Amino acid sequence: MAQRVSIFVTCIVDQLFPNVGLAMADVLERLGYQVDFPEDQTCCGQPAFNTGYRAEACQVARHFLKVFRDSEYVVVPSGSCTSMIAHHFHDLFPGDPDVQRAANELRPRVWEFSKFVLEVAGVDDVGARLEDVVTYHDSCHALREFGIRDGPRRLLANVRGLELREMDAAEECCGFGGTFSIKFPEISGGMAGTKIDSIVRTGAKTVVSLDSSCLMQIQGALARAALPVRTMHLAEVLASR
Amino acid sequence: MSVAFDEKVHKTLADANLQLAIYRATARLIDHRKLAVTATALPDYQELRTQANALKRHTIEHLDHYLEEFEANVAAHGGKVMYCQDATEVADFVLGLAKERAAQLIVKSKSMTTEEIDLNERLEHHNLESVETDLGEYILQLAHQRPYHIVAPALHLTRYDVGDLFARTLGVANETVPEKQALIARGVLRQKFLAADIGITGANFLVADSGAVVLVENEGNARLTTSAPKIHIAVAGIEKLIPRAQDLAVFLRLLGRSATGQALTVYTSFLSGPRRAGEIDGPEEFYVVLLDNGRTKLLADSGKRESLYCIRCGACLNHCPVYRKIGGHSFPWVYSGPIGAIITPQFMGIEHEPSLPFASSLCGACAEVCPVKIDIPKVLLELRAEVKQAEERGGKNRLERLAFKIWAWVMCHPRIYEMAAMAAASVAPSENGKWLRSAPAVMNLPPVRAWLSQRDLPPAPGKSFRELWRKR
Repeated sequence: MAQRVSIFVTCIVDQLFPNVGLAMADVLERLGYQVDFPEDQTCCGQPAFNTGYRAEACQVARHFLKVFRDSEYVVVPSGSCTSMIAHHFHDLFPGDPDVQRAANELRPRVWEFSKFVLEVAGVDDVGARLEDVVTYHDSCHALREFGIRDGPRRLLANVRGLELREMDAAEECCGFGGTFSIKFPEISGGMAGTKIDSIVRTGAKTVVSLDSSCLMQIQGALARAALPVRTMHLAEVLASR
Repeated sequence: MSVAFDEKVHKTLADANLQLAIYRATARLIDHRKLAVTATALPDYQELRTQANALKRHTIEHLDHYLEEFEANVAAHGGKVMYCQDATEVADFVLGLAKERAAQLIVKSKSMTTEEIDLNERLEHHNLESVETDLGEYILQLAHQRPYHIVAPALHLTRYDVGDLFARTLGVANETVPEKQALIARGVLRQKFLAADIGITGANFLVADSGAVVLVENEGNARLTTSAPKIHIAVAGIEKLIPRAQDLAVFLRLLGRSATGQALTVYTSFLSGPRRAGEIDGPEEFYVVLLDNGRTKLLADSGKRESLYCIRCGACLNHCPVYRKIGGHSFPWVYSGPIGAIITPQFMGIEHEPSLPFASSLCGACAEVCPVKIDIPKVLLELRAEVKQAEERGGKNRLERLAFKIWAWVMCHPRIYEMAAMAAASVAPSENGKWLRSAPAVMNLPPVRAWLSQRDLPPAPGKSFRELWRKR
């Protein structure tokens, strides 16, 4: 029987980028997994946590732990949300050992999508095809909190028809940063400017990343500057054929 | 955010030349560091960082012990340690000593600690001339500006700016070649060194087991500052202690590389006490002023006291995408960049500029390059939580708190979450990126307005993932 994986699509994918969730499910099914979408899922709590509202973040994190309590694997199309669950849940409940234990037990079962494909499924060629010139944006939390650097590039390199062109500022933050993007719009916008300049210099037609939040920021800046570059989540690239 | 901060940020972002100057200077420092810490250049780089972190942790957790050891060893060499609570105590000590010795002129080498306490201004207020001798600091003193960067204080000024400044303030011909500018400054400063009564320096490290002050620099001015005048005063924060001279084998290998990409700076001075009988140089009197100025408050805070591990290399500034946009002068205090964002609220109180810990995308580039592995994003998150607690106590920012309370409640009730999302989607026509355009009330919500001030919104998808999943 096929092994079951639960997907946590994240609130931003659920509401704004549903195709990313569908593409991720598609790739996982093609790899032979039985994909389960626990319908009670909402958010990981990161917006509140990063804005300093610990009590509210705790509430949402508790809900998350309840929803995914019995999942064998939780696969997430975001380095940032995965980091919230794997790295920050533990610190949220210093006064509640039961919840802390639940968080610790869940931690090894939560996987960022590309890392899951490479390390659990053990696949670096998913058989995708996409005629395109792409550049890869390292999303900060995937890169710095999980050390995800070469994996997604390897997956992209194995997509037929795809040419990967590195940008000079690949590892520089796009400037999203959650509520930072609306608390300090000018700084955030300036950072996005640096990022899209770097993207444009590659001549790529598409920017690929692991996080829809980064892509929303980059896409918004590209659209504002009327630049003909599109954004795609890695899952969407890997689901292409 | 405060109006002052907002304005400085806006001005910096709007200045294309300044943006280019900051970006280029930091890019150069980034490139130099990168080459200096490669696996071939420094195979044990990560190991050194781990050791440096452990050494700093140990020292900060046993600071009382090492302070006493340091003090005893300085005294054994004929020097004297002074403990000062704050800026006033340091200024009073220097002024008192200057009066006793009838000193007229002070030369200074670069020191963030003395910037922190406005020492020059305090001394000048009492008609005691205090001259900066580091080229960058000298330029800034002439320009009446604060350092723009911990390591490269005049990073924001071009050689043309410096040419104009020298011509205006020193009455020399406008010279735009940096080497010639250095010679102009050198001509002025040599005379100051020869005439100075007191030399004031900071300290990069204070070595407990040998009672030594360690200074690293590239210009030689710090060494002159400590040896030309009859009196040397080193002013340092109490966190500058390290236990043993051998620990320098860890820290000196990290500091230069992290700061400027240098394996070692041009000069490294080990100063332990005044000139002894039979020695031909060195000062006649040697003082180490140990400054608290808010530091002991951090010792009690196990969650954030790693902020005291900092060795002021400036790598976090160079790599910070926020610093690279807003520069050093947007920050409310002399310490800028990520390290400034975590120590300013802790030294001065979070009420000083409560928005500061929020002015970060939490990208983590700072922590990645920190040679002593300070988890700056973690400390920023702690500070954010403290700001929100303080706001709650003070009844501030009620609307935002209410919004997050409602949000959290909705996120814990999946059916209501789905209905709320569908309601939101219904006012967001999915016309190819034009959503919200027909809903002015939504468009005018401050967060939406803030977003749209810089970027477009993505096209509304029309259906959520869960709706599509059910139909699949």
